[in-house]
Amino acid sequence: MTLDPEMAEIAKVFFQESREGLDVMESGLLSLDATADTENINTIFRAAHSIKGGSATFGFVEVADFTHGVETLLDQMRNGVRPVTPEAIQTLLQACDCLREMVAATEAEKPLDKDRIAALNADITHILGEPVHQAPTPGAHQGASDAGAVDNARPGIAALNQHSGWRIAFEPVADLLRVRNEPTRMFAELEGMGAFTARADVSRLPPLDELDPETCYLSWNIEIAGEIPRARLDEVFDWVDSRCRLEIVPIGDSAAAAAEPAGNAAPHPPGAASADARSAAAEAQRGPAIAAAPAQKAAGESGSIRVATEKVDNIINLVGELLITQSMLSGFADGIDPDDLDRLRQGLSQLARNTRELQESVMQIRMLPISFAFNRFPRIVHDLSRKLGKKVELKLSGEGTELDKTVLEKISDPLVHLVRNALDHGLESPDRRLAAGKQETGTIELAAFHEGGNIIIEVRDDGAGLNKPKILQKARERALIAADMDLSDEQIDNLIFMPGFSTAEQVSDVSGRGVGMDVVRRNINDLGGHVQISSKEGLGSTIRIRLPLTLAILDGQLVRVGKEVYVISLLAIVETIQVGRERVNTLAGRTEVFRLRDEYLPVIKLCDQFGVEPDSRSATDGLLVVVEADGKRAGVLVDELLAQQQVVIKSLESNFKPVSGIAGATILGDGTVALIIDVPDFIREAVKRSGAVNAHAA
Amino acid sequence: MAKRILAVDDSASMRQMVLFTLQGAGYEVLQACDGLEALGMARASTVDLVLTDVHMPRMDGITLVRELRTLPNYKFVPMLILTTESSQQKKMDGKSAGATGWIVKPFNPPQLLATVARVI
Repeated sequence: MTLDPEMAEIAKVFFQESREGLDVMESGLLSLDATADTENINTIFRAAHSIKGGSATFGFVEVADFTHGVETLLDQMRNGVRPVTPEAIQTLLQACDCLREMVAATEAEKPLDKDRIAALNADITHILGEPVHQAPTPGAHQGASDAGAVDNARPGIAALNQHSGWRIAFEPVADLLRVRNEPTRMFAELEGMGAFTARADVSRLPPLDELDPETCYLSWNIEIAGEIPRARLDEVFDWVDSRCRLEIVPIGDSAAAAAEPAGNAAPHPPGAASADARSAAAEAQRGPAIAAAPAQKAAGESGSIRVATEKVDNIINLVGELLITQSMLSGFADGIDPDDLDRLRQGLSQLARNTRELQESVMQIRMLPISFAFNRFPRIVHDLSRKLGKKVELKLSGEGTELDKTVLEKISDPLVHLVRNALDHGLESPDRRLAAGKQETGTIELAAFHEGGNIIIEVRDDGAGLNKPKILQKARERALIAADMDLSDEQIDNLIFMPGFSTAEQVSDVSGRGVGMDVVRRNINDLGGHVQISSKEGLGSTIRIRLPLTLAILDGQLVRVGKEVYVISLLAIVETIQVGRERVNTLAGRTEVFRLRDEYLPVIKLCDQFGVEPDSRSATDGLLVVVEADGKRAGVLVDELLAQQQVVIKSLESNFKPVSGIAGATILGDGTVALIIDVPDFIREAVKRSGAVNAHAA
Repeated sequence: MAKRILAVDDSASMRQMVLFTLQGAGYEVLQACDGLEALGMARASTVDLVLTDVHMPRMDGITLVRELRTLPNYKFVPMLILTTESSQQKKMDGKSAGATGWIVKPFNPPQLLATVARVI
């Protein structure tokens, strides 16, 4: 299948659209479980219909054929002649999966999984083969399916083509012109087929003063010579076939004339005489659905455009530069003639405001509602709960909460893992729940909301909660913590995020496939986020993920070491303290630690890491910025805290190479470059160096 | 002056295909993604032809045709519905709503142009 370049470009839109359509179908089918409401089925049907139409247009025959079966089934459900059974829904869901793969394979120009398609097709055909309900308006449906076939087949006509031309009597109804069916245009088409004469019958024409210009009073007798297939004539008159009296008789073939009953509009399929009555019936039947339609507003209806991420990133970069220029100008303004200063300042503050607004609206382009990630879950939970034999209700809230596209894409997999875990390990089986005096159906809640400058995503279940003694035991067995360490409940719970920890007694198909909670935490940390769990025995667990709104801009704390300025993410900072000499110890003659309440934390000296000359090397003279990552803390020794500001993150990797300890760089208002500290990286290093700090301290 | 066509379809790929084909043939094309939007656009300006899909959210193509026919400016404007071959019923519905004719889906660009040429 080759398309010309423009069509191939449009086909890309079709692929994208099909995927969205399949998402709509899937979520619709899942909510169909509960109620078979008409508008919902309509929406699902429309999605299938569009995929069929598009795939046929672009010549993806297999996709079109397969979707045809799906569409037929949905059409029957929509019309109420086919019951909406869980089995049918399951089959349709599988068909969605199959279609998704077909679309992907077609796009990648890879072979299709023919066996699977055939198997599902058989399933659908099987359902379609079962007897339908008594139709509410039997005539309408009968007609709809029969007429198409008759239309195309029209038996016997081909045999009647031995003739020298056609004689056509065409008597339109009076209001033919009102739908803009123009006889002159039809005649122009006929003229192109052969020698054509038309005689107008003007006998019905009224006197001029009674003539209504919008009414058609004329009828015609037409003769056209040549061996013209009947189908071509039918095509010309197809649009007017219920708006006229039409006789088409071959010239020089009397047998055919007899076969064509006089006075009957020839192209009518048998039994179509009551077409108008039928359409009226169908109209009446469709009435309520149409009335209900405006009330429903589908989630996908908000006006949207598709922009390549690359282009948006480019704009964001430029806006970042603009921000820098603006702050450079502000700094510059301090040194000029005082008289002009006010006006300059005024202009600058306006520039600052405009820039910030521009930046915010540009950033908005990258923001997507979290529903893009949440939408996968109804299906996942549906499938998984069937597999595990558990009853689950999934509650979603805050789907409209927006976050950066990249963050959204990267948080999706960890979320799936957490939800799978909650279902597999968190929720109990129905009989256990009943025994514990709980409702048989468990609840999993996914909630997203803003808190400060962050997005919070919570995964809550009302299951058994974490088994704290078991976790503690396991952690000790695996030497993840010292045997005699005292931990708070919260600390125990969060042990499950430690590398090498897994409490599942047997590795199940559902979770525990080697991807541990530690990977989840690392992924979230890589996004500049934070995850923690809290649970109550018998009541359930809550996993709380805190994420930055975007990866392009960072709320930073500027710190000074000697002459250098560094940026530390505000998210990572717990507090900043000055410590006295009595709280600082040196381990193994080199690594310094300090005591913060009950904890001993390693000191990270930026001056040593980056080889700069600080005001002071002593942990007691400078300030210790206490930072946290992966549940571990350390103190970063700096000389001075400077401003807090939003900084635009510039990647070093694209121009240089990854440097351990540095997450990126930014350009400050005075044009100098400041490095952004990679806190998780530093803490990992520091904790490694101070090894058994906590054990010693305890 | 180029003839102006209002193309209505909820599928962006179909719209683009129609747009690409018609613009390539020198028509001016307005686009709407459902009947309601199309109705608003039709009220705001005049067009020489309306080309509409049947199944759309908010307002379907048949209703759109019926609504348009009630507007004085659209009394004689040709209107074509896009429909699949199986839906004889839809053709009838379209016709009784006041559609001039239909184009059977799937169609390729030459078929689309040929059909459009039949009415404008």
